Order: sequence, then C-alpha cells, then structure tokens
Amino acid sequence: MSKRIVILGGGTGGTLTANRLHRHFHHRAEIVVVDQDDHHVYQPGLLFVPFGLAKHSEIVRPRHEQLHKDIEFVQQGIDRVDLARDTVVLENGSELAYDVLVVATGTVLAFDETEGLTGPGWNEKVFTFYDIAGATGLAAALEEFQGGRLVVNVVDMPIKCPVAPLEFCFLADWYFTERGIRDKVELIYATPLDGAFTKPVASAALSSLLEEKGVHMVTEFNTGEVVMDDDGAAGKLVGYDGREVPFDLAVVVPMHSGAAYVGRSEGLGDDLDFVPTNQRTLQTKAKANVFALGDATNVPTSKAGSVTHFEGEVLVDNIIRFLEGEVLDEGYDGHANCFIETGFGKALLIDFNYDTEPLPGHFPAAVGMPLLKESRMNHLGKLMFQWVYWHALLQGRDIPGIGADMPSRGKDLTARTPKETTV
Amino acid sequence: MSTTTYAGVEVRLNDEGFFEDPTVWTRDMAVEMAAADGILELTPQHWTVLDFMRKEFFEKGTGPTVRVLGKNSGVDVKALYQLFPKGPAKMAARLAGIPKPKGCI
Repeated sequence: MSKRIVILGGGTGGTLTANRLHRHFHHRAEIVVVDQDDHHVYQPGLLFVPFGLAKHSEIVRPRHEQLHKDIEFVQQGIDRVDLARDTVVLENGSELAYDVLVVATGTVLAFDETEGLTGPGWNEKVFTFYDIAGATGLAAALEEFQGGRLVVNVVDMPIKCPVAPLEFCFLADWYFTERGIRDKVELIYATPLDGAFTKPVASAALSSLLEEKGVHMVTEFNTGEVVMDDDGAAGKLVGYDGREVPFDLAVVVPMHSGAAYVGRSEGLGDDLDFVPTNQRTLQTKAKANVFALGDATNVPTSKAGSVTHFEGEVLVDNIIRFLEGEVLDEGYDGHANCFIETGFGKALLIDFNYDTEPLPGHFPAAVGMPLLKESRMNHLGKLMFQWVYWHALLQGRDIPGIGADMPSRGKDLTARTPKETTV
Repeated sequence: MSTTTYAGVEVRLNDEGFFEDPTVWTRDMAVEMAAADGILELTPQHWTVLDFMRKEFFEKGTGPTVRVLGKNSGVDVKALYQLFPKGPAKMAARLAGIPKPKGCI
C-alpha cells in the first residue's frame, strides 16, 4: 500500500525534502506539503533589500511552483499535530493522517517577547530586516537617513543566520561610504554574545573586521526594552543590566521561536517551540515516525539554509530507511557553510560542523574559495547562490563539490582553538 | 584548568571558573562562591534559580538560557538580573556548579 508522507512547511527544508522524496518514490508514496501561505521567500535575499540591492519581487516566488507537479500542496494553517493518532489537524478542522511526518516549519519572529519593540517608533525608527515588510520599510528609512547613531541589535540567540546582523553592519559601512556620509554615521553592534560570533577563531576574525570598518561593538547586552524619546525622533535600547544604547535608527533582530502549532501539539516541542531532534539522524525525540529539519529543530548548529540543505540528504535517506524497517544512518555531522557579505564587492566564507569550528584555509579543497578571508570570489559565490537555490537546491539536486559532509581537505587545522571540543 | 577549595573540598575548575565535575558541588560551596561574587546572602529566590539550573542540566545536558530561566524557573528576567547582576545564565550556572550554558550557534 502506498505510504503517505506529510511535510509541514513549504520553505527550504520542506520543499527540498518533498522533491527528493518524490524522486525516490515516484507514485509509490503520496507526498503532501502543508503551508499557511504560498509565498516562498529566498531568505538570504532579505539582507540586500534594505540597501536597495534586491527587490521584494526578486526574492519571492510561489511555493507550489517549487514542488514537483505530483506533490500535493495544501494551503492551510496548522492547528496541531496529534502524535497519538498520527494525524495533523488543520486550522479549518480537516485532518491529514500520515505514515511519516516531517516538521519543516522553521521559526517565527517573537516580537512580543521584547517590551516596547513594536510600540512607538516601530517601522519608523525601529526596524527588523528579518521579514519582507521590515526589510522594505528599512530600505526607505536608510535612504532618508542623513547621519547619527545606527544600532544593529540581536536580542537573543538562537536566530536564523547568525552572521546576517554582522553582514548588515558591513553593508551599512559600505552603503554610507558610497553615499559620502560615512563620517556622519556612527555604527554600533549590540549583541548578547561575548564576541562577534559563537566560535572562537571566527569570532576573533569577525570582531577585528568590525573594528576595521569602524563598527563599535557592545557585548553581553541583553535587550530588555526599547524606549522612544518623547519627541519620537530617537530612542534607546535598555539592557536588563541597566545599560543603555541610544539610537537614531535601530535595526533589531527579534527573538525567535518555533511555530506556534508546535506548542499546541502535546509532546512535540520544547520550551521555545523548537522540536527536540536527534542531531545525527534527524528523527525527532517525540515519535519514531516524526522527523524534522532546518530552523524548526533544536540541533546545535546554525539555523541556516545550508544546514537545512545538508540535513535534507540525511533526512530523506533516513525516511526511506525507516519505511523499509532499516537502521537509521547517523550521518549528519552538523555541516554548515555560510557566505558573509562584507561590502565593497567582497565576502568571506565559513565552513564548519559539530566538531570543527570555522577555520582558515580553502573550500572545498586546497584549491578553492578562501575561508575566513575577504575575497571577490566569495562575493560572486554568494550572488550566484540565488540561482543555485531556486534551480538545484530546492529541486533536491546535489550541488557538485558540495556534499553533506564537511570537507577537511583545505582547512588549516593548526588554527584550531585548543580547547574546542564537540558541541 | 585549575583547582581551588570551596567549603573545604578541592574542586577542579575550567579556564572560565566553571566546575569540571558538577556532581562534586554542594550547597555550602554555592554560599562561599556567591559571597566571593558579592552576593552576601543567597535568598530563597536565588535557590529557586540554582536548583532549577541543576535540574535542567541533569535532565537536558546543558544549563538553561536566560530566556528559558525567565519562562520556567518561576523568577522573571528582570528579577533574575537583580539576583545575579553579572548575567543570570552564566553567573547562576557557575554558582550552581554546572558548565556554562551553550550559547546557541
């Protein structure tokens, strides 16, 4: 009998999983993708929108068009997953029974967790670039910005693409230089971390890059509240420890949570509605026939498209194994690979996994793109990636030279931090 | 790594001052460490947080972040900062004898 595989979420992870599964099973399995809307956003593109380098229309496409025509797309909100009955309950009350469930609903931005964030000044002096509306509004605000303090703030970890706020700082430095007003703009990066990044070698490299570009860093800053001045022209971030960071324009990356239905599904999620998942097999800890990938999980690696892509290979293989009654492959090694746009037509590349922090060297082998070092080639790689995303990654095709496992050839392992151990 | 003596017992600490072995921790040690950090008295609220930290660590393998503490420890984030002014997650983890909570990546 044909098995039914229900995939929640038609973003990067859900789409590539559906297409890969279809390629394997064809008509031997019924594949259903559920999402509340039909707008697939190329999320790396959101970074470019505020600087006028990309438009809304260029980074959004219909979700259903990214799926093979034999995959069913259901546009409907999710009420909850009933694990005991192997059934998804949709918002309209209808039910979808499954043999295997894949949770790929990513994260939601939890604006309400920060006092005052969406109060006075929101979308006027306080923005996020983590969604289309925010990024578009910010583009207009940046264009009007003539000088003053621009504060980029990460409220709390985890966030999607932890390097994106740094890239925003680098691009802001470039943008204001191009406009000839860089000397009138003070750039501040306020982070809850004790450095620019979570991993020591990359953190040191990125911290010095911020310094080089004249971005002042405020570390271990936990935003408690956003307060606007009485005249509404400026405001300040107030930390829980009482420190204040005044701004004329604030770009805030809000807290992230898992999708709300995860919280409504008994036994599925954790305190923040992320789904506890085996970091090697991508089977959830909730039930054997429930798998998860991408930003929706709690696995200890970056919430990023590259991670989702690499996870997808192992996940699909394991769904096939599960349905055939075989032992699951513990194959996912935590591989992440991120371009970091640094402005002026250059970018940096980092590549890492659970065991190996981002190191200098070359990717994918001794001859290749420079790691942890600015170069034009990396910038072109980042631009080219959008094409790869729509045409190869979402379709579930392998990308030549870039496999799920992190390559060690080409990395300078001597640069490793001595105490760096498994996460 | 270094060793130090808390409440008369020799304890191994990592470079950042966190316990290498959370099982050797005792409540007397927390009192002594807190005093050295300027917390002269550990109130019932402090203990609520420290007990929660240890429970989470032994159940989940890592200490909670400030956000999870604020949601589930019974003490809200503002109060957490008053109790542990140097940053609740880090400071409370150290006093509770567990490793530094892993900042997510």
